[in-house]
Amino acid sequence: MTDTPAGTPAADAATPETPNPETPTLEIQGLRLNLPGAARPVLAGVDLTVAARETVALVGESGSGKSLTSRSVLRLLPPGAATEGAVRVQGEDVLTMNAKQLRRLRTHTAAMIFQDPRAAINPLRRIGDFLTESLRLNADLPAAEATERAVRMLDAVGLGDRVLGQYPGQLSGGMLQRVVIAAALMGDPALILADEPTTALDVTTQAEVVGLLGDLRDQFGTALLFVTHDLGLAAAISDRVYVMYAGRIAETGPAEALFQRPRHPYTAALLRSTPHLDAPAGRLAAIEGRPPSLREELTGCPFAARCAFATQQCREELPPHLPVRGESSRLVACHHSEKLADQLAGSVTHD
Amino acid sequence: MTFLRFALRRVAEMAATLLAASFVIFGALYLAPGNPASFLLSGRSASPEAMKAINEQYHLNDPFWEQYLRWLGQVVHGDFGRSIEYRTPVSTLLGSRLPSTLMLVAMALLLVVVIGLALGWIGAVRGGMTDSSILVTTTLAVGTPSFVAAVLLQGLFSVKLGWFPSSGSGTGFAGMLWHLTLPAIALALYLIGMLARVTRSTMLEAMGHEHVTVARSRGVPERQVIHRHVFRNTLGTVLTMGGLIVSTLLICTVLVETAFSVNGIGQLLDLSTTTKDFPVVQAVSLLIVGMFMTVNLVVDLLLPLVDPRVTLGTRGVSA
Ligand SMILES: Nc1ncnc2c1ncn2[C@@H]1O[C@H](COP(=O)(O)OP(=O)(O)O)[C@@H](O)[C@H]1O
Ligand SMILES: [Mg+2]
Repeated sequence: MTDTPAGTPAADAATPETPNPETPTLEIQGLRLNLPGAARPVLAGVDLTVAARETVALVGESGSGKSLTSRSVLRLLPPGAATEGAVRVQGEDVLTMNAKQLRRLRTHTAAMIFQDPRAAINPLRRIGDFLTESLRLNADLPAAEATERAVRMLDAVGLGDRVLGQYPGQLSGGMLQRVVIAAALMGDPALILADEPTTALDVTTQAEVVGLLGDLRDQFGTALLFVTHDLGLAAAISDRVYVMYAGRIAETGPAEALFQRPRHPYTAALLRSTPHLDAPAGRLAAIEGRPPSLREELTGCPFAARCAFATQQCREELPPHLPVRGESSRLVACHHSEKLADQLAGSVTHD
Repeated sequence: MTFLRFALRRVAEMAATLLAASFVIFGALYLAPGNPASFLLSGRSASPEAMKAINEQYHLNDPFWEQYLRWLGQVVHGDFGRSIEYRTPVSTLLGSRLPSTLMLVAMALLLVVVIGLALGWIGAVRGGMTDSSILVTTTLAVGTPSFVAAVLLQGLFSVKLGWFPSSGSGTGFAGMLWHLTLPAIALALYLIGMLARVTRSTMLEAMGHEHVTVARSRGVPERQVIHRHVFRNTLGTVLTMGGLIVSTLLICTVLVETAFSVNGIGQLLDLSTTTKDFPVVQAVSLLIVGMFMTVNLVVDLLLPLVDPRVTLGTRGVSA
């Protein structure tokens, strides 16, 4: 591990590590994931890219496979999981890496911010230890330099070096999530994966943490995959959005276009169930029914059972991902997308 | 500061408990069936004058409170009276027998901690066949009472193979080590199984915590993940268990010392109970209770070092 530009102080500012700017920071292709005991793949062919310095949101109801998708980027898979497809970070396939390459990926290339900061840090160890352990134990940085870097990262997230000697039990949830963000930045990663990083926090802290994440992304030049079930949050922070349902991408496109004119009934339903600035909370429409259980096999469109527009074709044929006419950067997997375009757009704005 | 107050409170609690224990120990013998004077005469009939003399020497006619307070006053000064059986001061008797017991308990404790932790760790980390065979072995160990283990070990290693002596305590460090090996194994066997199982299940539980996954996700090498985030987090449980282990060793040493004729305080307690040598019974009981409490005090004082949440007062949040 001599080629460590990431560890050196000079690398703090954005120095893109990608030799070829064309290579996406993250490129997931046809990712399928099978778990023992499940009747169908938990992830059924996911395609997702995040370009360098881009922010992408992955949204969907709980249980749709967002966490598994983001965890697969660090190859943090449940025991017994079998994968197909490729998950490339800066061009290298994570799923076929050896142990050493994987450790290097996890310390220096991609870092994850987890949902519950209080569960993410060992309560018996000091914050300083948490921040520096990965760099120290991989012998990438001597302890003193690692601590120096930790102080700078703490400063970047608005915390003083006092917390280095404190235990997690002495800090608030919001402070702990800042610590977790600082920890993610320790190895100067090219990609940050944030899995519902604000769900466990109270509302004011949520806004602070999202703002901080946006600032740091700009300051450090990292790409960001932001996983959330909150469309408002996704719209606020991301350039592009992927909507996921039952382990499959239902629709993807630029955030604004996708939220203004959804082309998948599921996206429209999600939007109608999300609090909106210009819609009173009382008019929120929860989506009828439940996501399909992993014990059910699925034929046709996974959303058909809950979709108001479903036809016989929907129940029998899996809709392919097709580009939206006139919008080359959008893909949607719905048989009736063209027909429903106006109706769906209307349902979101006039409801 | 907080730690000092914590420590002082624990010490005060221990003193109070010890006082209560001394009362119970003294009272139990006072209430025991039979007249102490007749034990002193070992069943021989005595003239009323002799009876009176004995009652006076041991103050048996004084009210209970006076007897108790007099005894307590002497105990505080390290005077446990004279043994009826051996006709020597009880403290001399204890002094000569304590080393064997301490050595035996220390050897057993070492075996329990080293082997118990190792088996638990290996079972939890390796899983599969290794784990299953460790589980079977430890179940066997837990199901074998120490006196049965004593008989089996004696039969195999001293009678049949002649590797170890079957009784006695030996002299000098090496002699004691050699004589006490089988008793220590007999004493440790059950607790090795116990600690291995507790360590295994606590480690498995600790492995399920999110912060362990987080450590892995940050590229911490697997060995370090187990060491720093799984095993480290079981230390509180292991330490608490350690207090229990020492207490159990102190109780079971009575059986094992008797089985192997080790001249420790356990054997002394056993002998003096049958001969109704009550000053000795009182002294040994009090000593064992005192050691019990010292061990628990040490555990209590070490716990905040192992688990910072103890002094922070937020313990009970998941580890
Ligand atoms: N470790 C696991 N073992 C078995 N099933 C799992 C595991 N993790 C997730 N799942 C299942 O996979 C599906 C997707 O889970 P997840 O990726 O956590 O969804 P999301 O993050 O969108 O809420 C769910 O049905 C969940 O029950
Ligand atoms: Mg999730």
